[in-house]
Amino acid sequence: MSEAAPPQSPAPAEPPAGTDTAAGGTGRGRPPVGRAIIDAILEGNSVVVTILAIAVAMVIGGLLIAFTDPPVLHAWGSFFANPGYAIAQAWDAAAGAYVAMFEGAVVNPHTVAAVFQQASLSQAMHDGYVAAVFNPLSETAVNATPLILTGLSVGLAFRAGLFNIGAASQWIGGAIVATWLGFGVSLPPVIHVIVCVLGAFAGGAVMGWIVGELKARTGAHEVVVTIMLNYVMYYFLAYILGTKSMQQPGRTDLISPVISVNARLWHIAGPSLRVNAGFLLALLAAAGVWWLLNRSTTGFQFRTVGANPSAARTAGMSVERTWVLAMLLAGGLAGLAASSVIQGTDYQLNFQSYGTYGIDGITVALLGRARPLGIVLSALLFGALHAGGVQMQATTQIPLDIVTVIQALIVLFVAAPPLIRAMFRLRATRAAGMGETVAKGWNA
Amino acid sequence: MGGGPVKLELKGITKRFGGLVANDHIDLTVEEGQIHALLGENGAGKTTLMNVLYGLLQPDEGEILLDGKPQRFATPGDAIRAGIGMVHQHFMLVPVFTVAENVTLGMEETRALGLLDRRRMRRDVRELSEQYGLQVDPDALVEDLPVGVQQRVEILKALRRQASVLILDEPTAVLTPGEAEELFRIMRDLRAGGRSIVFISHKLKEVQAIADTITVIRRGAVVGECPPTASDAELASLMVGRSVQLRVSKTPAKPGAALLDVQDLTVAGEHGKPAVDRVSFQVRAGEILGVAGVQGNGQTELCEALLGVLPAVGGSIQLDGSDVTRAGPRQRLRAGLGYIPEDRQEDGLVSSFSVADNLILDVYDQPPFASGIALDLGTIGATAADRVTHFDIRTTSTATLAGTLSGGNQQKVILAREIGRDCRVLVASQPTRGLDVGSIEFVHRRIIEQRDQGLAVLLISSELDEIYALSDRIAVMYEGRITGFRPPDVPPEELGLLMAGARDEQAATAAAGAPAPPPVAGTGLMGAELLGIGIPDVNPEDQSSSTKTSPPADPAAAGSEAEPE
Repeated sequence: MSEAAPPQSPAPAEPPAGTDTAAGGTGRGRPPVGRAIIDAILEGNSVVVTILAIAVAMVIGGLLIAFTDPPVLHAWGSFFANPGYAIAQAWDAAAGAYVAMFEGAVVNPHTVAAVFQQASLSQAMHDGYVAAVFNPLSETAVNATPLILTGLSVGLAFRAGLFNIGAASQWIGGAIVATWLGFGVSLPPVIHVIVCVLGAFAGGAVMGWIVGELKARTGAHEVVVTIMLNYVMYYFLAYILGTKSMQQPGRTDLISPVISVNARLWHIAGPSLRVNAGFLLALLAAAGVWWLLNRSTTGFQFRTVGANPSAARTAGMSVERTWVLAMLLAGGLAGLAASSVIQGTDYQLNFQSYGTYGIDGITVALLGRARPLGIVLSALLFGALHAGGVQMQATTQIPLDIVTVIQALIVLFVAAPPLIRAMFRLRATRAAGMGETVAKGWNA
Repeated sequence: MGGGPVKLELKGITKRFGGLVANDHIDLTVEEGQIHALLGENGAGKTTLMNVLYGLLQPDEGEILLDGKPQRFATPGDAIRAGIGMVHQHFMLVPVFTVAENVTLGMEETRALGLLDRRRMRRDVRELSEQYGLQVDPDALVEDLPVGVQQRVEILKALRRQASVLILDEPTAVLTPGEAEELFRIMRDLRAGGRSIVFISHKLKEVQAIADTITVIRRGAVVGECPPTASDAELASLMVGRSVQLRVSKTPAKPGAALLDVQDLTVAGEHGKPAVDRVSFQVRAGEILGVAGVQGNGQTELCEALLGVLPAVGGSIQLDGSDVTRAGPRQRLRAGLGYIPEDRQEDGLVSSFSVADNLILDVYDQPPFASGIALDLGTIGATAADRVTHFDIRTTSTATLAGTLSGGNQQKVILAREIGRDCRVLVASQPTRGLDVGSIEFVHRRIIEQRDQGLAVLLISSELDEIYALSDRIAVMYEGRITGFRPPDVPPEELGLLMAGARDEQAATAAAGAPAPPPVAGTGLMGAELLGIGIPDVNPEDQSSSTKTSPPADPAAAGSEAEPE
């Protein structure tokens, strides 16, 4: 890629500003194809296209549900004898799945009805009927929390021109620190939470910093480095969970002790709902990243380096230092995602804890067009899909994997805006601009 | 069909984009075997017209006639079949393919079973290039070729498709003066072979030198048709719509103390050879030092070393009395260096940023634009609005993306930013490259204004016109060294010799007894070629007669072009 070290520089003694020139000399020219595609996804899509992509993905997801459900398949077997029955079965399966999803992610009418069957509202609250109404939303928020943070991690790095594929390794870095601080030290209530959160940020930031520093000093491409570090941290987690310092005493599997009650993030909607202060932390982080990118000199520098490193250098910015700082902050955000999981819901770390947060963060950032508000919204959507998917699996026996398929379809359609435009006969935004370009001439 | 001489007529071509009329009833007749220049400022509608002719756009009104027969081009394919070839400003070549593959692309020769007949493709290309004197190695990879040769490949491509009418869209924009001269030779050969050429340009000198007829377009309409003998002033005022000062008037310099002092500056280049080799000069307050030279002789590296993005491996740079040899770009900019980069799209602007953001690109973290790490959007917006008015930047608002502005307005943004800071030294590299006449006048005026305010200005330009128009002293760069300093009234012949590598005294004596004998064996042809474009170009007093003075240099230029590429 363009930032790679120059192929042949016979200069024997590299001058002090060597890395500057190395990247400067080869940083010119067109952006690589991968970058151009992602730019097109991030810049080229209108909100309308994104919403339509989601709608189309849901429809196709519904068709998949209808055509993979065993009873429906059975009904198709007698399609010619009773076509109405087959179609009705298919409709029921898809509709039932989505209704279950909605009930699991937003609100379940039965729980609302149950509240009104109670003698009084205070009684209903006391018996947990009211909490039950809000449980789906709580689950959506809980599922969205780490995705907001890893999405911000990927998005922030992207605005500085870096692909952070390493949110997974940064997550693990943060999780190890947060967990260890959670069970290994004993501190008073509020302070313990803060120490663990900061520790998680630091753990992730170190992992991000390594990437930035390697890129700045040697030109090593961040995609390669982050992917490799994902493997490194994956095996490091397996190793450290088996050592005395991290393994829960008396256990033979890879699992850490439970963190202290003082280190847990507060439940913000009553003890029976899982939604916790981590969600607020994530929203705060989104606001912070927005301010940083749009209202601060640091963000201006990030955006300049991301949009045109060559012009950034000419304007006196240090492209290398910007990379390091951006990766450090991106890593920290992924570390916060780990904090929200360990301190917010799981309370301990095991070998499966890292889940798919790191990779989903990329999807969320793409769907949210690397903008904080977009990232929050797309993380909420994915959180809702996941929370709803669990409910769907429980009530309709349709596998949770269908949610992954829907997520993949959304990204597919977002990545193929011409397809969406063609399907809905939207006028391409580019076509409108093209007339202007042609009118002005290519030399203008 | 196609191949033979054809008369092309465009009648009443009108093309609208929404409310904008890009072409307004344009009539154009290109006779058989004629080089017809289409002259106009950027955005005048030249390229739109040619896109209509090439089938890329459909006209709203009007018709295209070939030898009197109306044509309808729904796609470029139709136009190609009718014998129209186009060489775009940005080449449409596959970089990893060979010349032969590129030329035959889309019309490949195949053997049985659809296998490519590479041998025949190569032979075809070789024959074509010999027939038209276009020197190209059919087996070279396009990505390895210099831009001038890539352009030849594009022309070959059009010729292989039997183009009778060749459209060249701003063909010289990407070429060095030598390559441009070679292109003109090719164009004359093609004309001799009966082909017609539509030559799109906004450069007066080129058009005068090569065209048989000049059609001037302004705001989408034909405003005049002139013979090539028309004067600069005539053409420029037609093009811009008002009278333009081609040479901005200036008073003699009143130089003060040296503000930029460069001693023995050396910058490493590729292949172990220094790109800048022990260069020393001073620029004093209130003075413009022009650095002339053929492009690629170390000017780019000199500028980047002055800014600090390229490290100096030897020598020293003093800026306003303090040594900045080891300082980074930021410290130098802060120390009072204003910098107008050679490549404004790549180094000067962030095209996806607003005009306002681009105006603070190198002061974004300084008061009053920032307090602490918070940007002060109010001040940024107000300052931007002020600069836009002050520098006459034509933009709908300060939030407009810089990438959508015309080249001239982009350059005004950069000028406004650099001049708006408190600078002591201004380094301007190719400040008017690709700009139209009106914008050039504006930029020149501003640069002289800065000089008069006591800045030390270093102007690097490969346009001799510009060097003569602005410089108070002229330095010439050749192969990384400064081959000589001259006063601004030095004859162009002498500068030409210096630019071709003649040593200081040699150039002076040789130029005194013009016509100049080749000063150094081996570079003589190169010198002649330079003079071929140098003499008519730079003599402002002698414009009307200058147009036809370049052909005599042709044989020499043609001969010299055979080996360097």
